[in-house]
Amino acid sequence: MIPAVYGESWTLKELMVLPNEFIYWSIQIVMYPFMTGLVAGSFILSSLYHLFGIKALKGVSRFALVFSLALLPAANLPPLLFLQSPERAHYIFITPHFTSAIAAFGLVVLLYAALVAAELWFIYRPYFVESEKALRAIPGLGLAGRLRRVLFGWLTLGARDIGEEALRLDARVVKILAAVGIPVACFLHGYAGFIFGAVKANAVWMTPLMPIIFIVSAVVSGIAFCILCYAGAMELRKLFLRRQFARRHPHACSLAEHRLAGIEEVEVRVASRYLAVFLLVALVLELLDVVFRGYTAMKSWDLLRQVVYGRDFFEIFVLQHGVGRLLPLLLLLLPGRTVKRTMAAAALVLVGVFMMRWNVVIGGQSVSLSAAGFMAYDLPVAPRDISAFKEGVAGALLVLGAPFVLFWMLNKIFPVFIVERAERAIKT
Amino acid sequence: MNRRTFLKDAIVVITGAALPAAALEWLDPRQVLAENPQIRWAFLVDTHKCAGCGFCVKACKAENDIPYEASVTRTWIERYVVTQSGELLADSPQGGRDGFTSGSIDLPGGTRVSEEEIIRGFFVPKLCNHCASPPCVQVCPVGATYATPQGVVLVDRQWCIGCGYCIMGCPYGARFFHPVHKSVDKCTLCTHRLTRGDASACVEACPFGARQVGNLHDPNDPVTRAVVSERIGVLRDSYGSRPRVYYLGLSKEVH
Amino acid sequence: MKEYVWRPMYVVVLIAALSLAVRFFLLPHDFGVHEGGYKYGYYRLGNIAEWESRPALFRSADDCGDCHRQSESLSASPHAFISCQNCHGPAAGHPEDPPTLAIDTGRDLCLRCHADLSYPAGGRDAVPGIDPLGHHPFRSCVGCHDPHHPRQEVQP
Ligand code: HEC
Ligand code: HEC
Ligand code: HEC
Ligand code: HEC
Repeated sequence: MIPAVYGESWTLKELMVLPNEFIYWSIQIVMYPFMTGLVAGSFILSSLYHLFGIKALKGVSRFALVFSLALLPAANLPPLLFLQSPERAHYIFITPHFTSAIAAFGLVVLLYAALVAAELWFIYRPYFVESEKALRAIPGLGLAGRLRRVLFGWLTLGARDIGEEALRLDARVVKILAAVGIPVACFLHGYAGFIFGAVKANAVWMTPLMPIIFIVSAVVSGIAFCILCYAGAMELRKLFLRRQFARRHPHACSLAEHRLAGIEEVEVRVASRYLAVFLLVALVLELLDVVFRGYTAMKSWDLLRQVVYGRDFFEIFVLQHGVGRLLPLLLLLLPGRTVKRTMAAAALVLVGVFMMRWNVVIGGQSVSLSAAGFMAYDLPVAPRDISAFKEGVAGALLVLGAPFVLFWMLNKIFPVFIVERAERAIKT
Repeated sequence: MNRRTFLKDAIVVITGAALPAAALEWLDPRQVLAENPQIRWAFLVDTHKCAGCGFCVKACKAENDIPYEASVTRTWIERYVVTQSGELLADSPQGGRDGFTSGSIDLPGGTRVSEEEIIRGFFVPKLCNHCASPPCVQVCPVGATYATPQGVVLVDRQWCIGCGYCIMGCPYGARFFHPVHKSVDKCTLCTHRLTRGDASACVEACPFGARQVGNLHDPNDPVTRAVVSERIGVLRDSYGSRPRVYYLGLSKEVH
Repeated sequence: MKEYVWRPMYVVVLIAALSLAVRFFLLPHDFGVHEGGYKYGYYRLGNIAEWESRPALFRSADDCGDCHRQSESLSASPHAFISCQNCHGPAAGHPEDPPTLAIDTGRDLCLRCHADLSYPAGGRDAVPGIDPLGHHPFRSCVGCHDPHHPRQEVQP
């Protein structure tokens, strides 16, 4: 049996392509910057409230921060699914070779994770303390309850002072952490852009604009993702409450639903304004890149032109810029915007950002080093074997789904909607 | 000069001359070579001589355990042709491992140029350039690939995590994932042969003398002499990688 | 500032210290910066010896003449410049292990060089070419030509 050559099953060669050339970086390397982009973007969205005090974003900001933490492990899934020897992944911490743009990535991710976790700790510290106290007060606690109590006890790190002064101090620290976090988030994702932009062997990738393009598109995708998930979660909660209420009082109309009605309206409106601005910047930067390459028309442009205007025209101009940028811009800017329309726009934006990653990663590899041939990528759909699973549609969906599961778990420790619940408790 | 240092120096000069190891059994030649910085391997390809028989590819695969049927290869031959209409085309079916037995060109994707349309052609063997500033080494995140003091770029199979960044970083397409070992693989210049005083497998195999390996620090080495006195070229030096595979008869079409 | 605000930091420092301790044990002793500097010479030193100690499969010189008369005829033929091992494969260990070498009587072996390209093509011009489809197709070349001495008639 011929041993399978990595990449051969999904690479379609055209004209003169070197024998060792394949689409080596596949769907998971598309997912990788896409996910880190969501991480960085949602953090930056949350910082808008913490740092600049944009009150309207309070709810979505906490949501974004927790989601950012949930996305972080998921963002590390793609490299693990992609690496040929994932069991050696930790070598990157044992012998980091910092002249490589990947080497520090692990460290930056960890630093970033520490920052987000610390910020969450300061935000949720009062909740931990009170939960522990409340659990302590319940007599005859079951095993699960006792475990929860111990967990919350640990999570307080022994800092149980939730007096007025301490809370003010917490808020100040959160602000500092948010301030530190923004450059780290930008670095995290600018760095992801650098991974591609600094590959001199690849004419499509090599541009100093790459890190900036990546940062802006990260912010765009993060905001869009949070809008979509936040509004979506709110809809779900409403639905849930309505069901619950209907079951209990089949004939009355739901008060609870009334209370929730429109709660996301303001936040979504403000967030979508930021979305529109960043979307425009992203569009300008990406077009600038193409225009610049076309205008200077270096030798590599001969082939790039064929890719940009020919082979990948649909992916680049229709999906990425048309469906993913212009259409959502219209949806956001035309008068009479509703939450539903904003959600639609946010979904399209995510499609656009995903296509941008796709066009960079896959499109970038489609030009042969021979400068006389192309490669096309045939995304494995059916998980025929392990590699088609890991680096196919199934693997990508796994990566996409992971943050939601993690979010659901994190939500048990850092309940996102806690404040409302508390408010509700006061009201009733 | 005592006997020992004399021998040391002598051994460096005659590395390629396959000295019987028995004559020096009190002095491990490998140790001498490792200690001696006076070696800088370089490779010389004479494109005029290459007939496209593919014995180099065949030998390389056998010597270095690259499955013959796998399409990846540490060295390969490209054929460049010019058609009557002045169009330039190139191909390298399976890296040329079975030789070029057909005059026409069939490119993947359905492009076909018949023999009659072609007016001129030539062959260019390629391999890792063992660059003096290897871009692939620079981008390895874990230090699993490196340039040895003798100028050979190697991959540590036990340390490679398989991220593929070096494959992306190489401007020559010389790297690939080994189908069996799963780590990145590339030409080692047959460093295991060089240390024993033999030439690389592809050099031994080439019937036409199109390939030579030599020590740049030895002024009498044929490779060094050619590099100094002939008009030589290197591939894609605009990448700043400073390749150490030198070519005789490189024409402007070759990329 | 109250002391407790530093506690998350302590956790981070603790994790970092533990990681460094683990790293200490996992780091190969000969891994480090060698000649070439951090950029090009950061590696596990022992790996060079691992590569260098690989067995060489091709013999450096074709010392086959002691046992095979083919050496003699080949050296007097126009094929003298072709190493035996190109056609018979790597010979390290032969005749102990492997006791025999491969014999390839396929046409493809000869066509590598003899397939005629009707255009000037570098080194190929020095080889007398035949039309692979026209020159006694489907028959093994060695039925008519002695590979070791192609100008000699094949003795039946
Ligand atoms: C020490 C003596 C010796 C040397 C040196 C030697 N061989 Fe052999 N070779 C043998 C013997 C013995 C056989 C087994 C003959 C048989 O089984 O008919 C053999 C078999 C072969 C065969 C297979 C012949 C057949 O009819 O199947 C080939 C091909 C061959 N050798 C090639 C070579 C080449 C090429 C070299 C030089 C690199 C070489 N040999 C060096 C002893 C030697
Ligand atoms: C051009 C390719 C080629 C080269 C070079 C070559 N051989 Fe052969 N050899 C063959 C082929 C083909 C056969 C099979 C001949 C047959 O079946 O009639 C063969 C057969 C043999 C045999 C089996 C006995 C026989 O003659 O049928 C031996 C032994 C042998 N070769 C040894 C050598 C040795 C030793 C060398 C180097 C001196 C050498 N060959 C070089 C192609 C080659
Ligand atoms: C490495 C390339 C190569 C391979 C492989 C090769 N040959 Fe040759 N052959 C040559 C060259 C070159 C010449 C002419 C040498 C000369 O004229 O000085 C030649 C000459 C010949 C001739 C004599 C032509 C004449 O001048 O009358 C014949 C017949 C021949 N080869 C047959 C074969 C056969 C049969 C095989 C396969 C077993 C074979 N060759 C494999 C390169 C090769
Ligand atoms: C049926 C026997 C037969 C077979 C099979 C055969 N040849 Fe020939 N070959 C001949 C004869 C007879 C000549 C001399 C007359 C001629 O030039 O056609 C010859 C001539 C040659 C020449 C010299 C041509 C020249 O221009 O000087 C080469 C080279 C050659 N053959 C190679 C091969 C190769 C390679 C194969 C296998 C692919 C092969 N032959 C198969 C009988 C054969």
